[in-house]
Amino acid sequence: MSSAATPQNAAAPQHPAGPGGTAQSGSGAAPLLEIRDLDITFSTSNGPVHAVRGASLEVYPGETVAIVGESGSGKSTTAMSIARLLPGNGKVTGGSIRFAGKDITEVPLGEIRALRGSEIGLVPQDPMSNLNPLWRVGAQLSETLAANHVKTEGGNHKRAVQLLEEAGLPDAERRSHQFPHEYSGGMRQRALIAMGLAARPSLLIADEPTSALDVTVQQQILDHLDSLTTELGTSVLLITHDLGLAAERAQHLVVMYKGQVVESGPAIEILQNPRHPYTQRLIAAAPSLASRRLVSAKERANGGTAAAVSAGEPSAAPATHAPATHTPGAHGAGARAAGAHAAGSPAADAPSDAIISVRNLTKQFMIRGTTPWQRTPFTAVDDVSFDLRRGTTMAIVGESGSGKSTVAQMVLKLLEPTSGSVVIDGRDIKDIAGKELMDLRRRVQPIFQNPYGTLDPMYSIYRTIEEPLRLHGIGDAKSREAKVRDLLDKVALPAAMMRRYPNELSGGQRQRIAIARALALDPEIVVCDEAVSALDVLVQDQVLNLLNDLQSELGLSYLFITHDLAVVRQIADETIVMEKGRVVEQGLTDDVFHAPREEYTKRLLAAIPGGSIPLAGSETIDVEAPVVDEEKLLKAEQDGARSPLGAEPEDPFTAAGHV
Amino acid sequence: MRSDAAAPAPRRLRANQDHFVAPLEETPLRAVDAVDTTAAPRSMWGEAWHNLVRNPIFLISAALIILLLIVAAVPGLFTSLDPTKGNLAISNQRPGEGHLLGTTRQGYDVWARIVYGTRTSLSVGFIAMIVSTAIGVVLGALAGYLGGWVDEVLSRITEIFFALPLVLGAIVAFNALQRPGIVTVALILAIFGWTNIARITRGSVIAVKSQDFITASTALGAGRFVNLVRHVLPNAIAPVIVTATVNLGVFIVAEATLSFLGLGTGGVSWGGDISDARDALRTNPMMLFYPSAALALCVLSFIMLGDAVRDALDPKARKR
Repeated sequence: MSSAATPQNAAAPQHPAGPGGTAQSGSGAAPLLEIRDLDITFSTSNGPVHAVRGASLEVYPGETVAIVGESGSGKSTTAMSIARLLPGNGKVTGGSIRFAGKDITEVPLGEIRALRGSEIGLVPQDPMSNLNPLWRVGAQLSETLAANHVKTEGGNHKRAVQLLEEAGLPDAERRSHQFPHEYSGGMRQRALIAMGLAARPSLLIADEPTSALDVTVQQQILDHLDSLTTELGTSVLLITHDLGLAAERAQHLVVMYKGQVVESGPAIEILQNPRHPYTQRLIAAAPSLASRRLVSAKERANGGTAAAVSAGEPSAAPATHAPATHTPGAHGAGARAAGAHAAGSPAADAPSDAIISVRNLTKQFMIRGTTPWQRTPFTAVDDVSFDLRRGTTMAIVGESGSGKSTVAQMVLKLLEPTSGSVVIDGRDIKDIAGKELMDLRRRVQPIFQNPYGTLDPMYSIYRTIEEPLRLHGIGDAKSREAKVRDLLDKVALPAAMMRRYPNELSGGQRQRIAIARALALDPEIVVCDEAVSALDVLVQDQVLNLLNDLQSELGLSYLFITHDLAVVRQIADETIVMEKGRVVEQGLTDDVFHAPREEYTKRLLAAIPGGSIPLAGSETIDVEAPVVDEEKLLKAEQDGARSPLGAEPEDPFTAAGHV
Repeated sequence: MRSDAAAPAPRRLRANQDHFVAPLEETPLRAVDAVDTTAAPRSMWGEAWHNLVRNPIFLISAALIILLLIVAAVPGLFTSLDPTKGNLAISNQRPGEGHLLGTTRQGYDVWARIVYGTRTSLSVGFIAMIVSTAIGVVLGALAGYLGGWVDEVLSRITEIFFALPLVLGAIVAFNALQRPGIVTVALILAIFGWTNIARITRGSVIAVKSQDFITASTALGAGRFVNLVRHVLPNAIAPVIVTATVNLGVFIVAEATLSFLGLGTGGVSWGGDISDARDALRTNPMMLFYPSAALALCVLSFIMLGDAVRDALDPKARKR
């Protein structure tokens, strides 16, 4: 115990080990943090909620421990209780928290306050809202130093600059004088890491430190955090929903489910030999770990592939015929394409097979220049061409600011292209209007990212799904209700749901309602704009399977916009990789994943967390990461932050609905 | 349960490499994203109503407002005296038999004047509130929804009206009118009092119109104005309702102020009574107190109601 009383010293033996060290010392060390049978209860207007029940975990000096769980599992609550940062209605109601050998469960707040920052550092989740927008970043760091009474040589500001440099910000002296809005998301997260480590704490709590960032930025930041904490001998408690990321970054995993710890142990051991059914489920569903093209329920039933899945579904027509049988026969083009499909080899580049043909699509936005009267053009989408074949899925993948969503908006005719054409089923949608536009609306439907924004909170589920039918004057009240029931059944929700309102539903359920609404008009094309990105991994897996089953059942064609390459691998037949408005790589999904040609694609693939961890029953994505110039990347990242699309949600006046 | 993994962890920092697994009976698995069908379905308005009826502030203010409405509708139930009939023989009487709150210097019954004054105050308040809300919502929604030059023009007009003080504008207008009726007074107040509704509607509409469900509805084939009426306005209206409720109190105060200055309808009005009572301040200060108390209670009820409605519609804003 006494040796752990000064955790800095306890960690010291690790120091010489350096980055990636294999020190075998410390086998007898006491844990730095020891949580035993922790209970946390929130008092709400609907009675007490037991957010955490009997949770136990240990963090040893110099070790990285990850708590993995979905939203609502109590992972953040557990971590926040250590520094007593629970919201006002939350309380530790049982168990103990020992830090550096001392029980800190009941000590006065003053003692906890002394620990915060100096002994227990925190890197919060959202880099956008955790820096004071009115203060220069350097000043905020200096304040952290002052608050923790850190003695500095040559003043706090000099030290602040050093810390920023250490966190991986080049040109730190100049950047320390900038305001948070001049930073990109990745740079802000670096600044927050610098703050978290400013007073050299022995434990760093990192709560989803990179989940708001692009995957390549995430990788750099975690790499940097890794080497920095190893060098300083800091223990890290990493909170994440991403099992792959946890496995890659932590030596020890703690899996939480509904407020309880269901499994804990060495990371590799848990991944390769999960024993609790929840962990097994989580590993099976994690897209980054077990990625391969999903097989529809029908194909599973037919034993059409090697995937050993229980065949409970009734046998049906071979899946390859499904698109043909279900394409509405009213359209001549439908029959034509069906014929092409029946005959076609999927790889053939047959334009007659294309339900969407995009040619040289370009979109420019006029953005504010350096002075108010100046307008400079910004090219969000630059000369994009592709064909989506009927009944298949085309994924457009890219990081924020790549223009992928702008392409989707133009395909949906929610935005007019500057030049180029979108041809849907042989018809250029450039200047259609009136009845033809209504027809287009019927045939092309979107599903959006944010499950909380996609449904009108004032509309009951019934009205939500019925609305498209009413708008298009389809059927009478009775047949519409039958249709709504049928649609709910298709998305595996009970009919009793009809009378409910969106605020009662979970994110996954809302997204399924959005799918039902999109399918109400029997569309041929569904544009999924990050449709599963906001969902927990198990729910995401469920929705992806649903989308996939619906595709083979109804012969839908998907344009799937996502930033998540792992998801692409599960759902897409063909993939387009976009960067800064341009297509950098295009081809069959398997080719893009196994033989990426472009450096950018390779970088994206290498950044998938946990992609290279071998697991029974899944292929690994083993792409050698190209050598990258971090300086160059950061500059690119900052350019990205300046683009009007990237900056839009951060503008405080737009966000607040400036009155 | 010692770990039997072939590859040891690269950094072995802890002595026990135990692989802990919770017993399944203690951590039962539930279906992924199961639907809870036990609770009763509840719309946003249903939820708000549920919160409202549990809020004592709402119950008190609603009871007071209902009482005031009954008094305004059937004043005869509460007094048999005529508030406009003065009898100098019974001037300045103390409260007592026949005259609950006494009489004024002109020999009016104070209680009767308060009862009949309720009608004037509430009528002016309600008419002005309805008209001003209608003007404000239409102009604010158009400005916020259409944006561009429409917004520029409408916002400038709103600012011009905003710059004219409510009472000052009314004084100027009344100078041109001879003995305006209740409706005229209300309309003049509404013309100078719709600007805050317009500004709030505009902001609220701008916030709602960029949400995904509006885009989704457009992609389903809904036209611009269908979207505005069916999706944008219903979602933007909550803060407007709150402001309109508070405005009602403001209009009642404005009417009393104008009557106090001798510019009102000339009928029975609390403001007029307060003005008259000034002369008897030394001899009979309670004459000033009664109409003032009635006015304060009435305005307070509406402001409390507005507060309660705000809390119910936006539980996040509720103070602990």
